Amino acid sequence: MDAQNTSAIAVERLVKLYKGVAAVDGISFQLAPGSITGLLGGNGAGKTTTIAMIMGLVAPTSGTVSVLGAQMPAGRYRVLHRMNFESPYVALPMRLTVRQNLSVFAQLYAVADIDARIAQLAADLDLGEFLDRPAGKLSAGQKTRVALAKALLNNPEILLLDEPTASLDPDTADWVRARLEHFRRAQGATVLLASHNMTEVERLCERVIIMKTGRIEDDDTPARLLDRYGRETLEEVFLDVARGRQREAVR
Amino acid sequence: MIVSDSGLDFSVNRVTAMVRRYWYLLRSSWPRVLDLIYWPTVQMLMWGFLQLYVTQNGGPFVRTAGVFIGAVLLWDILFRGQLGFSISFLEEMWSHNLGNLMMSPLRPVEFIAALMIMSIVRLAIGMIPVTLLAFAFFGFNLWSLGFALAAFFVNLILTSWAIGIFVSGLLLRNGMGAESMAWTIMFLFLPLTCVYYPVTVLPWYLQYIAWALPPTYVFEGMRALLIDQSFAPT
Repeated sequence: MDAQNTSAIAVERLVKLYKGVAAVDGISFQLAPGSITGLLGGNGAGKTTTIAMIMGLVAPTSGTVSVLGAQMPAGRYRVLHRMNFESPYVALPMRLTVRQNLSVFAQLYAVADIDARIAQLAADLDLGEFLDRPAGKLSAGQKTRVALAKALLNNPEILLLDEPTASLDPDTADWVRARLEHFRRAQGATVLLASHNMTEVERLCERVIIMKTGRIEDDDTPARLLDRYGRETLEEVFLDVARGRQREAVR
Repeated sequence: MIVSDSGLDFSVNRVTAMVRRYWYLLRSSWPRVLDLIYWPTVQMLMWGFLQLYVTQNGGPFVRTAGVFIGAVLLWDILFRGQLGFSISFLEEMWSHNLGNLMMSPLRPVEFIAALMIMSIVRLAIGMIPVTLLAFAFFGFNLWSLGFALAAFFVNLILTSWAIGIFVSGLLLRNGMGAESMAWTIMFLFLPLTCVYYPVTVLPWYLQYIAWALPPTYVFEGMRALLIDQSFAPT
């Protein structure tokens, strides 16, 4: 069997040009089912474009993306009900209550027992006290928890997270990471996490892909990256990559 | 349900979910509901009193002026139909929810179906009370048009949805910079579809454009029906 059939996500020689400028420039990687991978990179590195192509929202200029065996974007409707995503840059309708929002999305994802699923998520993510409050009247931390609940509604096999803890205080961010870890362990989901937060990536991810100007600069486990760059933290590794310091030179 | 790659398969369940989303929004705010009725009522009253004034004073315009209320009510079906469609779409852009929807299993055709249903719901909330007020204030009964009204409605609502889809495309392509088009694009049709006057008033070259627009047949037909009691346009 080839990689496209055995991987949860398989990206092959993927290119996206915007008016001749390469936002993503020939990247390839495969994510094993049940793995959790961090996608690191500075602004303009191509992380968001890559995730958008994995979701089937953006058509590649060339190359292929396969998600759960479906070619994206053409086959996206075969697999969208098995995926979900969360991003602080996408919001839920503010005037609807949390319960109404979750109920609408649960119906969109054809969740079997909507009330029971919402009750379960409310218990897991501590949403109970504001379940009947309009989404627009929640704090940033509460909004993130609700967005996470929406992302977990359909027990997705693939979960794409775009900076899931951006703008959260350290305590709430830590709480969110713990819930993500729990979900991943319990469901065996494949998680791809785009983040600027190196602590988050170190804690959650078993593999890190570092992108720069649309290309993959490095791809390994956090431990091996630290070892290879001779650094104590992923943040230092990230700075080495972002500032163009070669691995050999760092050594 | 058969799952195809095309995105053309259809789930009533997902359409219902989207209609519920817009219904929750509508009922969460009484000013939104009031807004649906307020302006059609003001328009109907203004044109109704003008019609009354012209008919009371006689003169060559009496025949045409006698159908002002009918014209404004039918125009509102066209205008409010498009607005109802476009505003529901705009709600997704205002709330930054479009990404969630595009990543969900919701098909474009289901999204459009939900927007169409909401367009009719909003239209019904706004227009039914106004047609009753038109009868109460001016004795004008739009419903007496019977089968012709049904045919007019189908023509106008399909046109309004077609323009609503076009505006949604503009919004997706150009972002919120195109928002004003949602509110104003229909006014391009106001002079060309001859809402308040016969097509023959237009210069000959604009008459070709007018006859190419489906709503023109509604307004011409309405005048023929109310003035000459005939369904053929004047």
